[in-house]
Amino acid sequence: MTPRTMLDKLWQQHVVTQREGEALLYIDRNIVHEGSFHAFAALAKEGRKVRKPRQTFATADHYVPTIGREGGLGTIRDPEVRTMIELLESNARENGLLHLGMNDPRQGIVHVIGPELGITQPGLTIACGDSHTSTHGAFGALAFGIGASQLKQVLATQCLWQKKPKNLRVIVDGTLRPGVSAKDVILTIIAGIGTAGATGHAIEYAGSTIRALSMEGRLTVCNMSIEAGARAGMVAPDDTTFAYLQAREFAPRERDWDEAVTWWRTLASDTGATFDREVRLDGALLEPTVTWGTSPEEALPVTASIPDPARMSAAEKRAHAEHALRYMDLKPGMPIGAIPIDRAFIGTCTNGRIEDLRQAAAVLKGRKATVPAWVSPGSTQIKRQAEAEGLDRVFTAAGFEWRASGCSSCAAMNGDVVPPGMRCASTSNRNFEGRQGSGARTHLMSPAMVAAAAVMGRITDVRTLL
Amino acid sequence: MQPFTSLTATAAPIDLANFDTDKIIPARLLRKLRLPPHGYEPYLFYEMRYDAQGRERPEFVLNQPQYRHAQILVADVNFGCGSSREGAVYALMDYGIRAVVAASFGDIHYGNAIQNGLLPAIASQAVCQRLREQLHAQPGARITIDLPSQTITDTQGVTHAFQIDDVYKERLLKGLDEVGLVLEHLPEIEGFEERHFGAHPWLA
Repeated sequence: MTPRTMLDKLWQQHVVTQREGEALLYIDRNIVHEGSFHAFAALAKEGRKVRKPRQTFATADHYVPTIGREGGLGTIRDPEVRTMIELLESNARENGLLHLGMNDPRQGIVHVIGPELGITQPGLTIACGDSHTSTHGAFGALAFGIGASQLKQVLATQCLWQKKPKNLRVIVDGTLRPGVSAKDVILTIIAGIGTAGATGHAIEYAGSTIRALSMEGRLTVCNMSIEAGARAGMVAPDDTTFAYLQAREFAPRERDWDEAVTWWRTLASDTGATFDREVRLDGALLEPTVTWGTSPEEALPVTASIPDPARMSAAEKRAHAEHALRYMDLKPGMPIGAIPIDRAFIGTCTNGRIEDLRQAAAVLKGRKATVPAWVSPGSTQIKRQAEAEGLDRVFTAAGFEWRASGCSSCAAMNGDVVPPGMRCASTSNRNFEGRQGSGARTHLMSPAMVAAAAVMGRITDVRTLL
Repeated sequence: MQPFTSLTATAAPIDLANFDTDKIIPARLLRKLRLPPHGYEPYLFYEMRYDAQGRERPEFVLNQPQYRHAQILVADVNFGCGSSREGAVYALMDYGIRAVVAASFGDIHYGNAIQNGLLPAIASQAVCQRLREQLHAQPGARITIDLPSQTITDTQGVTHAFQIDDVYKERLLKGLDEVGLVLEHLPEIEGFEERHFGAHPWLA
């Protein structure tokens, strides 16, 4: 048989039927959040219900406040925010979905709780009305973000007409140096291939660097696949994957577990399988990486200086960089390590997991933040775990606010905005104009780098603090 | 869904590459309900269109009188990259935009456009640039986008090809309802589920 890639296998195992150029793809799991209200409204308007309620899970993340929510929905002052959270609850109830509401102990960001609860498993197709659904591919699943219309289709039918993406393999080999993390790996990849570099492709991440990453690290890498233009990113499942999953709430058990692992071991790309494209990166050369512009591809090692747009050869990149530097109020030639910051934020579906919090806390221990800073753990369970490990006390002793779990300042939909003109060191995934608030300026970096920036009040090479 | 066949209309240039969906509609406005008569029209390009006091920024292209009634946008590479928010398509459609010409699109935004009858026409970067230059030189000029022939006729009367997959073309031409298209295959879906969950019972 012709050697197949992991994408080929996942795809073939989910094709219900085909027509020219498209397959009707079965979706195993679907996760909804407050922002899914358009899809539920359209579903109700057509007089339809969720066809397979056990395959869709609901959690409140995008709009939930990260402070003062213990009193429940009634205490949320912004009526629009309250409506968003209430709508999810009522839509979940009417359709018989498991709903992890704002104060549920299992609540958290869609892309954090999926893995954490064992909903995300190898071999599955997973959809969610959020572009960072690529995160779940870290388990060897085919996971991609969809808009409201397609979400309505998944809810109504559990299927989607899809064109098979092309296959890009990104191979990262070598041992990461101290102070370099999964975030630096993915930022470097995006800077290299560009924010449209993987458009129309699913990325498979391979190589010894990726193999050596924990599940948390792989999730961070796959999470930002969309920032390279890929709807999906994936890593072949292995013992690291299985060890993470075993005994999680929705993971298979006993005999099912053994059968599942046997199946999961068949999913990796076959030796000799061909990819449409391949990109290689030397992991041992990577440095802590920071974005300087307003596109995730506008990223450089912390030791570099702001580039001069005039020296960029592609006209559209030059124009974008000029525009970005005006928005960011930065000048070519300025060392990235000299950029002062006004805020520091740790959390999100990119970097809100326990390992991220540990890495940031390791830098903050015995030090003080010099700018306002906050942590929003990726899930309520992670928050509890961090508290059990004493990390919350490290953060609060360093002057960070220890907040509840949600998407928080990544897209600032819950009101956790960065004020206009302020510059935020952030563990999130997008440095778009206005992303963290109107006029806010975002520098993306790893949790340890955000901690270092918070301490020094400027972007700082965390290796000088290790 | 509104079908799309052919359109001759004012086109506006969007020069910036990698034009993300946060620029098309900021996240904080996604909580708004899409209510008649304006829907998401007031939120389109919000940060570039209005200042902090809510006043129009005169330099923004759609605030200039000649472009105000544009129904076509001509962009560059990677238009609509970023988030999956379908609100970005709602905002474009509610403003009256029926087609966007670009050298490439963010994948999810592209899919959302097809679902709503907004034509995402992929032309070469050189064609996009030529069109934008013409539109800057002749503000308010009209161009024609014809889906059956997959052509764009520029302000000089020159036609350029654009690319779209046949399945998407058919869907836009007919304005097909996707849920209906899927449910035609319900017996096959049920058959798939029987086999799939038979092999992996813990997933059912």
